[in-house]
Amino acid sequence: MEDDAPVIYGLEFQARALTAQTAETDAIRFLVGTQSLKFDNQIHIIDFDDENNIINKTVLLHQAGEIWHIGASPADKAVLTTCYNKTSDSRVVSCAAVWRMPCDWETGSHESPDDSAHNPQALELLCHLDNAAHSNTACVLWEPMGDGKRVISLADNHALLWDLQESSTRATVTSTATLEGKGQLKFTSGKWSPHHNCSQLATANDTAIRGWDLRTMSQIYCIENAHGQLVRDLDFNPNRQYYLASCGDDCKVKFWDVRNVQEPVKTLEEHSHWVWSVRYNHSHDQLVLTASSDSRLILSNMVSISSEPFGHLVDDEELSEGEDNHHEDKSKEPLKDSVVSTYEEHEDSVYAAEWSSADPWLFASLSYDGRLVINRVPRALKYRILL
Amino acid sequence: MDADTNGSAEVSDGSGPDRRRRVHGMLKLYYGLNEEGNPDEQPMSLDPCDINGPHFDPEHFLNKLRRECSLAELMDQETCMVKQIRSLDSDMQTLVYENYNKFISATDTIRKMKNDFKKMEDEMDCLSANMAAITDFSARITGTLQDQHAQITKLSGVHTLLRKLQFLFELPARLNKCLELQAYAQAVRSHRHARCVLQQYSHLPSFKGIQDDCHAIMDKLAQELRQKFRDGGSSAKDLSECVELLLQLDEPAEELCDKFLSHARSRLESDLQGLEAEIRPYPSAAKEASARRLSSAAALAVAGSPSHGSPNTSAVPSPTLNTDILEFIDRGCNEFVSSLCLVITSYQELFVNHAQPGELASKSIAQMASGKLQAFVDDLAARYFSLVERRIQEEKGVADNSLLVRALDRFHRRLQAVAKLLPGSAVQSKGTEIVIRAATERVKQYLSALQSFYMDSLTDVRQALATPRLSVAGAAAAGGGALLGGPASGRDAPGSLPELLSSLSASILNQIKAVLASVHLFTAKDITFSNKPYFKGEFCSQGVRESLVVNFIKFVCQSSRQFCESAGEKGGSTPPALLLLLSRLCLDYETSTISYILTLTDEQFLVQHHSPVTPVTTLCAEAREAAQKLLNHYVKVQGLIISQMLRKSVETRDWVNTIEPRNVRAVMKRVVEDTTSIDVQVGLLYEEGVRKAHSSDSSKRTFSVYSSSRQQARYAASYTPSAPMDTNLLSNIHKLFSERIDIFSSVEFNKVSVMTGIIKISLKTFLECVRLRTFGRYGLQQIQVDCHYLQMYLWRFVSDENLVHFLLDEIVGSSAHRCLDPAPMEQSVIEVICERG
Repeated sequence: MEDDAPVIYGLEFQARALTAQTAETDAIRFLVGTQSLKFDNQIHIIDFDDENNIINKTVLLHQAGEIWHIGASPADKAVLTTCYNKTSDSRVVSCAAVWRMPCDWETGSHESPDDSAHNPQALELLCHLDNAAHSNTACVLWEPMGDGKRVISLADNHALLWDLQESSTRATVTSTATLEGKGQLKFTSGKWSPHHNCSQLATANDTAIRGWDLRTMSQIYCIENAHGQLVRDLDFNPNRQYYLASCGDDCKVKFWDVRNVQEPVKTLEEHSHWVWSVRYNHSHDQLVLTASSDSRLILSNMVSISSEPFGHLVDDEELSEGEDNHHEDKSKEPLKDSVVSTYEEHEDSVYAAEWSSADPWLFASLSYDGRLVINRVPRALKYRILL
Repeated sequence: MDADTNGSAEVSDGSGPDRRRRVHGMLKLYYGLNEEGNPDEQPMSLDPCDINGPHFDPEHFLNKLRRECSLAELMDQETCMVKQIRSLDSDMQTLVYENYNKFISATDTIRKMKNDFKKMEDEMDCLSANMAAITDFSARITGTLQDQHAQITKLSGVHTLLRKLQFLFELPARLNKCLELQAYAQAVRSHRHARCVLQQYSHLPSFKGIQDDCHAIMDKLAQELRQKFRDGGSSAKDLSECVELLLQLDEPAEELCDKFLSHARSRLESDLQGLEAEIRPYPSAAKEASARRLSSAAALAVAGSPSHGSPNTSAVPSPTLNTDILEFIDRGCNEFVSSLCLVITSYQELFVNHAQPGELASKSIAQMASGKLQAFVDDLAARYFSLVERRIQEEKGVADNSLLVRALDRFHRRLQAVAKLLPGSAVQSKGTEIVIRAATERVKQYLSALQSFYMDSLTDVRQALATPRLSVAGAAAAGGGALLGGPASGRDAPGSLPELLSSLSASILNQIKAVLASVHLFTAKDITFSNKPYFKGEFCSQGVRESLVVNFIKFVCQSSRQFCESAGEKGGSTPPALLLLLSRLCLDYETSTISYILTLTDEQFLVQHHSPVTPVTTLCAEAREAAQKLLNHYVKVQGLIISQMLRKSVETRDWVNTIEPRNVRAVMKRVVEDTTSIDVQVGLLYEEGVRKAHSSDSSKRTFSVYSSSRQQARYAASYTPSAPMDTNLLSNIHKLFSERIDIFSSVEFNKVSVMTGIIKISLKTFLECVRLRTFGRYGLQQIQVDCHYLQMYLWRFVSDENLVHFLLDEIVGSSAHRCLDPAPMEQSVIEVICERG
């Protein structure tokens, strides 16, 4: 069974920010934010035509500054948030804002799909997600599966819960949580849990992972020294409410049960440099995607800690003759925790990887040199999971 | 006339042959020639004309002659015939004459005999008459003596009976007397003699009386014997005598067995209690003592010098329990085992061997008795064993193994006596089991002692690394430590690394050897249990080789690996030098030490591998894996230390509003210094390794120019909005042709590879940090200066200098890209600044 070749798309600028268009469930669509200090930054809307293996892109201008993080509203396809750097008077400030795509972007792009000279439309600013007290926003999180009214921004050592009102044109801080401690603490990353009625948040600062209760804005758990070095990213298992994946500069990906924070449930050590991103597949949570600055993307199959039944489907006889008949068993032997495949299409550090919100077997990864690669889960594995 | 003459002749002839024939036949008969004769004549003999044949017919012959022959012939015939007759006659006469003389002498002899016989007959008659007279006399005498003889016989019978009766009547008195004198044996003997008679005549009142008296006395006697038996104060010999007597008195054997055994038991139990009393003070004192013992052993071990290696030479008088184990076992053997043997011997003599052959009852008694004995011995031996085992378990200190071995040997040896006495009993095998258990336990203790020794040695090494000792200075001077600047000696004392390594590995090896020597005592020739199959086979292969040596090696590898896993996260707790040292240790193990130790073991113990054992290759692979892991971890930790410096230096600076660079930042100098000291440190333990050929002037490479030219190209690409895919074409093409760099990858066992790994990690971190910042013009220039400085010094450490170039290019390139006002500094200025320091 031959797998489709990966589809590669190159951006003109360097890029770190990637997200799937969460509200879009029909088309496979990713949003990429670029980083350029000298030119107007762009948001590339990447449409992937699965049948023809073709990429269609639409470029929107993001003139405010270089994009470090991007988030798509779960309710409104056209709404997104960015965290960006603004340079003014030899000062660099990190800001966050909610944007709306111009309403005719879709049609416009289709009329002239490869007209690169065509003047791209700009994003429409809805509101800023910062105020004088809180700046340096590291990332903005949408309420998972929410109505697109609530976001959390992580700024320095504060987590701010915003309410978006009047079709997102006005944002008010409803509550805040502050990380107290010695030194200059700073949130590096975070994730809003889709479980518990979306009342929990997990954040990373330095080597620690913390859980917060959004109703009281208080800390509920803390994994000190979750990683040997900086924690770079987090993700919640979409089906198992207490399971959490994290990755960091110690080249490891760790899986935690937040009820027992002493020991990770599982540790992967496949990358040879910092791991920047970890993502659970939205429907099949054994599939975990990790991106690293060793220029690799790794898809792992974590059967043992997935929500799907593990080890029951295998007959004893198949197990017993497992060794001898290697070739035949390849398709039959029980799935073990394993690396499904390593994707080496990138030449530079891969800072982001995302699953498509429309097709659970498809994912995109973005490396610093602006290369976006769209890959699929190998068919053999796909059928094994499905059948 | 002729006729007459003829006729007369005929008659004479006729009578002649007839007579001749008769004479001839008689002679023939006489000489026994009848049958033999002449066989040739036989056919002729039928011829009636044959004058010599038996069927000769004179008439026929004559007729035949007359008819056939002429007169002359007849005449001749006649003359011949007459001649023959005459010769025959003379022959006959000679014979008669000869025999006649014999007849005469025979007749004389017969006559003489006749006279002699006559005389003899007379004498015989006389003799018979005399004999008749004698017979007569004898009969008369017998008749006279008959009466007296009968009387005498009767009298002697009465006498015997009377004596017997007297014995019987005197019996009670005699028994009483015996009883008084405590001559029990005599009493029983006497009674036994009389018993049957009394039994037989018990219907007579007088005998009945005697019997009753005797019974009463014997009962009393039996009572007394039993009392004596029960008292228990008496010696074993007395006791056995008692039992023997009682048996003769028809006491039930079973009861006696029980009594005997219970009596013996009480004595043996007192022995056991004595033994138990010795291990009584177990919980408090013993623990303390053993703890002290352990600590003293540990103290010895920590001392670590080879001369202290052997636990046997322990001079410290270890604070023991009440007695040491040898004394304990001695006491057990002398008291318990020997009395047990005595009991068994006397018991067997009394109850088992005593039985008369052929008696069915006694046979069954013997069976019953030996059954009882078996149970008795098993029971007591079990208790004894449990005591011994408890005592052995208290032998925690590994200081003196010979004592334990000697004790076990004695224990085992003494049990052989019991086993010999009681062939069917399980005592011997159980004793062997105990010995085996003790041996395995001992091996386990040695393993844990070795392990703690190893850990202690590591602690020592750690301390030695942490505190720069005075001696280090000298060693450092010798070991190239002069190269190290101030910061190096501040971090650790790598000068003594090879020394530490060699002393560590030597002390471990010595310890192993000492332990092997101690364990070897178990298999010494003069130890009784050493020829048991367990000690010949399994103990050597499974016990010593597998669970001691192999497990220790595995432990070394495993504990080394643990350094990588637990302590390593922050890189703090384990000093990197220790990681390096351990890695080298493991590598040495892989290359030589493991096979040496195993060969040594196999030689010492003559291991015959009946069961599969861990092969050397597996252990070597494990050691190599551990070494690899340690070295990788070392690289990671050292890389991390340098990365942290770089990261902090990048993160904490405001790169946008920085001033024009005048100097190389101090952190870069620090990085180079640290790298140098790491290089020295690694160089102490690992070989140089191969590197790619350097270009002639590596340090002076016009690195910035190259990179700035690349930057130009990049900017150009950015300036011209182009189709996707060719944005960073140049950079991508560059990467396409350079190999992908694995940052945290496995390193080889040589210095260059290690250094390459560390530098890779550091520079990659630098790159990633730079990418997260925004730079001003001077920020970029500072990075340029820093990178050039690094370039000047780092190339010499790595295997492929292009790697350093590439990473530094990337750093400068990335910072240029992240720069708000990218105006690179002049290469010459950079060089000036860098050379200034």
